[in-house]
Amino acid sequence: MVYDVYEMVIGLEVHVELKTETKIFCSCSTAFGAEPNTQCCPVCMGLPGALPTLNKKAVEYAIKAGLALNCDINRYTRMDRKNYFYPDLPKAYQISQYDLPLCKNGYVEIESSGKRKKIGITRIHLEEDAGKLIHDADAGTLIDCNRCGVPLIEIVSEPDIRSAEEAVTYVKSLRSILLYTGVSDVKMQEGSLRCDVNLSVRRRGDSMLGNRCELKNINSFRFIAEAIEYEFRRQVDAVERGELIVIETRRFDQNDGKTYAMRPKEDAGEYRFFPEPDIPAFLISDDYISKIAVELPMLPDAKKEMLMVKYGLTKYDAELLTENPSRCEYYEFAASKTNYPKILANIMISELTECACLPDAEMLAQICNFSGEERINSNTAKKLLTSLLNGDKRTPEDIIREENLEQISSVEALMPFVEEAIAGNQKSVNDYKAGKSAALKAIVGSVMRSTSGRANAVKVSEILADVLK
Amino acid sequence: MDLTLLSVIELSEALKKHEITSIEIAEAYLQRIAKKDGEIGAYITVCNQGTLEASKNADTSLSDIAGIPVAVKDNICTKGITTTCASKMLYGYVPPYDASVIEKLKSAGSFVLGKLNMDEFGMGSSTENSALKLTRNPYDYDRVPGGSSGGAAAAVAAYEAPFAIASDTGGSIRQPAAFCGVVGMKPTYGSVSRYGLVAFASSLDQIGPITRTVRDNRLIFNIICGKDARDSTTAESVYERDAIDISSLRIAVLSELMDSASADVKEKIIKAASKLERLGAQIDILSLPEIKSALSAYYIISSAEASSNLARYDGVRYGYRVKNFDDIDDMMIQSRSEGFGEEVKRRIMLGTFALSTGYHDAYYKRAKHVQRAVINAFDRIFKSYDLILAPTTPGVAFRFGEMKNDPTAMYRQDICTVPASIAGLPALSLPVGKNAAGLPIGAQLIGAAFSENLIYSVAELLEREVKYCGL
Repeated sequence: MVYDVYEMVIGLEVHVELKTETKIFCSCSTAFGAEPNTQCCPVCMGLPGALPTLNKKAVEYAIKAGLALNCDINRYTRMDRKNYFYPDLPKAYQISQYDLPLCKNGYVEIESSGKRKKIGITRIHLEEDAGKLIHDADAGTLIDCNRCGVPLIEIVSEPDIRSAEEAVTYVKSLRSILLYTGVSDVKMQEGSLRCDVNLSVRRRGDSMLGNRCELKNINSFRFIAEAIEYEFRRQVDAVERGELIVIETRRFDQNDGKTYAMRPKEDAGEYRFFPEPDIPAFLISDDYISKIAVELPMLPDAKKEMLMVKYGLTKYDAELLTENPSRCEYYEFAASKTNYPKILANIMISELTECACLPDAEMLAQICNFSGEERINSNTAKKLLTSLLNGDKRTPEDIIREENLEQISSVEALMPFVEEAIAGNQKSVNDYKAGKSAALKAIVGSVMRSTSGRANAVKVSEILADVLK
Repeated sequence: MDLTLLSVIELSEALKKHEITSIEIAEAYLQRIAKKDGEIGAYITVCNQGTLEASKNADTSLSDIAGIPVAVKDNICTKGITTTCASKMLYGYVPPYDASVIEKLKSAGSFVLGKLNMDEFGMGSSTENSALKLTRNPYDYDRVPGGSSGGAAAAVAAYEAPFAIASDTGGSIRQPAAFCGVVGMKPTYGSVSRYGLVAFASSLDQIGPITRTVRDNRLIFNIICGKDARDSTTAESVYERDAIDISSLRIAVLSELMDSASADVKEKIIKAASKLERLGAQIDILSLPEIKSALSAYYIISSAEASSNLARYDGVRYGYRVKNFDDIDDMMIQSRSEGFGEEVKRRIMLGTFALSTGYHDAYYKRAKHVQRAVINAFDRIFKSYDLILAPTTPGVAFRFGEMKNDPTAMYRQDICTVPASIAGLPALSLPVGKNAAGLPIGAQLIGAAFSENLIYSVAELLEREVKYCGL
C-alpha cells in the first residue's frame, strides 16, 4: 500500500472556553444558550471608547490548566492584539497573547495502541472568543455577540502526533484533565472545546516536515479521526502525483467526510500583533502559582493508579471510572461505604454508564455489600438497582426482607429444590451422567426458576455435582 | 454683568452667594454660542434643551463646579448626545453610555453644554481635518485654532464655554490652548480615566481640561482625576508638593525645543523664564538630544495603535456604511474608504505598515526603543530639576491651508508637545504673551509623573506675573 510508505505529522490547536461566570474583559455573563445579543455591553461589543479590564479568574484558570498540563508559567506576561477584519469580531482585533503566553513547554502523556507517549505542549495562551454568525435564509447573516469576550485558552501541541488514534486520545486526555481541574465544561457539541488539526505528510524516515494544512470545523472525536484519515490520503495522493501541498486552511465537511480549501494561509498570516495598550503587562508571583497549584485536584492518571492500588481494580475499570471526575468522585464516595469496591466498579461500568442520574451512593454501597456477602445473587442485585433507579424509597435491606429476596445458600434449604429438579429433568441427568457436563446448566436453571432466582447458583452446581456423582 | 466673562471659580462663588443661578449661566452661554459660534464654529452639537433643563435641576451644593456647564470634545462619549469624532464615519452616532469623566463631572453637578469640533479622530494640529466643519481662531478668523482640540480651545477663548474637556495624544490640548490663549493641561498618563474616550492611540491618549485660568484648570483636574476600575491604565495617584517654595525650585529649559521655535515665541519663553528666575527659581539651559527622535517615534507608535483602534469602524454594526456593495469585504473596504478622511487614512496606512511582518522591528519596535530612551532622559532630568519650561508650539497660529498640503510640516507642529506625550508626563500650556500681531503664545511646563500640583502652583505664579489679557 502506498500509504504505508508515508507518515502523518500532526499538531493540534485546541480552543477551550473557560468556565468563568463573567467574560474576560467585562462583567457580562458567559452562560451558554441565552437569547442572541442579551449578554453584551459596550466593552464586549467593542463600542467606541469602551476599554477592557482583565478578569483575574480567567488568568487563574489558564494557569491552573497550564499546571495540570505540566507547563512552565511565564512570570512576566501580557496581552497582545491580533488584528484582522471579520464581522464576528467587533473590535476588528482579538485580544490574545503573542510572544509571552501564560504557559509553555508542557506535555500530556497518552496511551495509544498499548504504548505510552508524551505529546508536547508548545504553549497555552489566554484570549477572547469571537461572536457567532448566524446564517438565516430570510434575514441574511446575523451576528450574535453573546460569545464575544468569553475567555478561551488555546492549547498548541508540538507536531508529535502520528495517527488519528493518537490525536483522538490526546484530545480525550486533554478533555479529561481539564474536566478534573474544573476550568472548563469542555463540551464539544456546545463549542466549549474546539479543535483545529495541522497535518502534513512525509515519507517514513524523512526528518523534514512537509507543507501543512490546517483543518477547521471539527466538532466531535469521530470527526477528528475522519478528517485526519481523509486529509492524510488526500495529501499522500497529491504528493504521489508529484504535486506540491498548498499551505492552506481547509474546512471539514461532516456530511461527506472530506476537507475543502477555505483560504490560503498567507492571507490570514498578517495579524500585526502588538502589545495591548489598554491592559498593562503583569507579573505572576511564585506565591500566586503555588496557591493555584495547591488547589489542583488529583489528575486522571494519578487517579487511575490510585483506584487500581487502593481498590484492586483493573486498568480497564480504572480508566472507565476516571473518564469523568464527578463519576469518579461518586465511585470513591460509594467505595468508602462498601467492602466490595470491585463489585461496585462492575455495577457502575455495566449497569450505570448510560445513566444520567446516579442512584444514592450509600444505597448502592449496601447492594454491593449484600452481593459481596452472598446474601443476594447478581440477579437480585440487578433487581434492587432497578428499584433504586426507579425511585423506590425503601432501603435495599427492606426490599430484600419484604420481598423475600435473600439468596438461598445452605445445603439443607437447597436440597428439596435440587431433588425436585433432578426428578423433573431426567433427560439432562442422563446426559450429564453420560459425560455431557454442559447438561448441568439446565438443571441449575430449573432450580433457579423454582426459587424465583434466589438460589446460589454456585452452591446448586456443587450440590448437583455431588449428588449425581 | 456678562456671566460668560467670569471664570469657573468666580461663577462658583457667585452661585454659592446666590447672586446668580445656574439657569442664568446656561442662558448666558447659550446666547453667547448663538451669537458667536456662527463665526467661530467651535461646536458640532449644542445641547440647548438639555442644558436648560439640567440647569433648572442643578444642585449647586454638590461641588465647586456644580451648576456650571461643560463643553466636551466630540471624541468623549456622552450618553444620548451624538459623538462623532468629527468624522463622517461616526456622523449621527449616539453612545449608549457616558465616559467616566462625564459621569464624574455630572455627579459633581456639571452638565453638557455641547460637543466640540476637532480634527477627525484627533488626528491633526489645526482642526482642518474635521469632516464636519471649520473652526476659526477667535484671535484671527483667518487662522486655525490649532488641533486636534481646536473647538475646545476656541470655545473657551471666545467665551462660548466656561471650560472644556478635551483629549491630548501628542499635543491636542496644549497646542490649541497655546494658539487660542487659554490654559490646557495634559495630565500624567493614567491619572484621568480614558473609559469613554474614543481611542486614537491608547498608550498616549489622556483627557484634560481647557480653561481660561490656571486655578480653574486645577479645579477641574482635581474632579476628573483618579483611579477608575474601568480603565486598567489608571493609577491611584499621589499628587504631592502642593505648597512650593519658589526659591528652591530648579527649572530646566531644553535647548532643542527652544531652537525649534520662532523668534517671537522664543522671546516670550525667555521672558517667562526670567520672571521665574526673578522670583528666585534656578533656571538652567539643558540639552536633551534624545527628544530629537521623539517626533518620529510618536508618529509611528500613535499611527500603529490608531490603525488597530480604528479598525472597528467597518460599517458592520454602527457608523457609516455604503449603500451598494458586492459582499462583506467590499462593504467594509468601501465604507472605510468613504467614511474616513485623508489624514485618518494616511495614519491607518502608516500604522498598518509599521506593524507589518518585516517592518515591525524596523519601525514599531524601534520607535518603542526611542520612547524608552526619551523616558529615561526625562527621568535623568527630573533627578536634578523640578520642572521643564518649553515653548508649547514652534510658532503662533498659522493660516488656513498653510500646511494642509504638507503633512510632515503639520506633524512638526507637535515637536514641542510630543516629548511629554511619549514619556507619559504631565504638561500644561499657559498663555505668556502675544506676538506683534496680537496672536497668543503659550509656554509649556512639563513635570515628572504625577507632579500636577507642582505644575499648577508654578503656573499660577507665572500667570500672575505675566498678566495675560485674553479677548
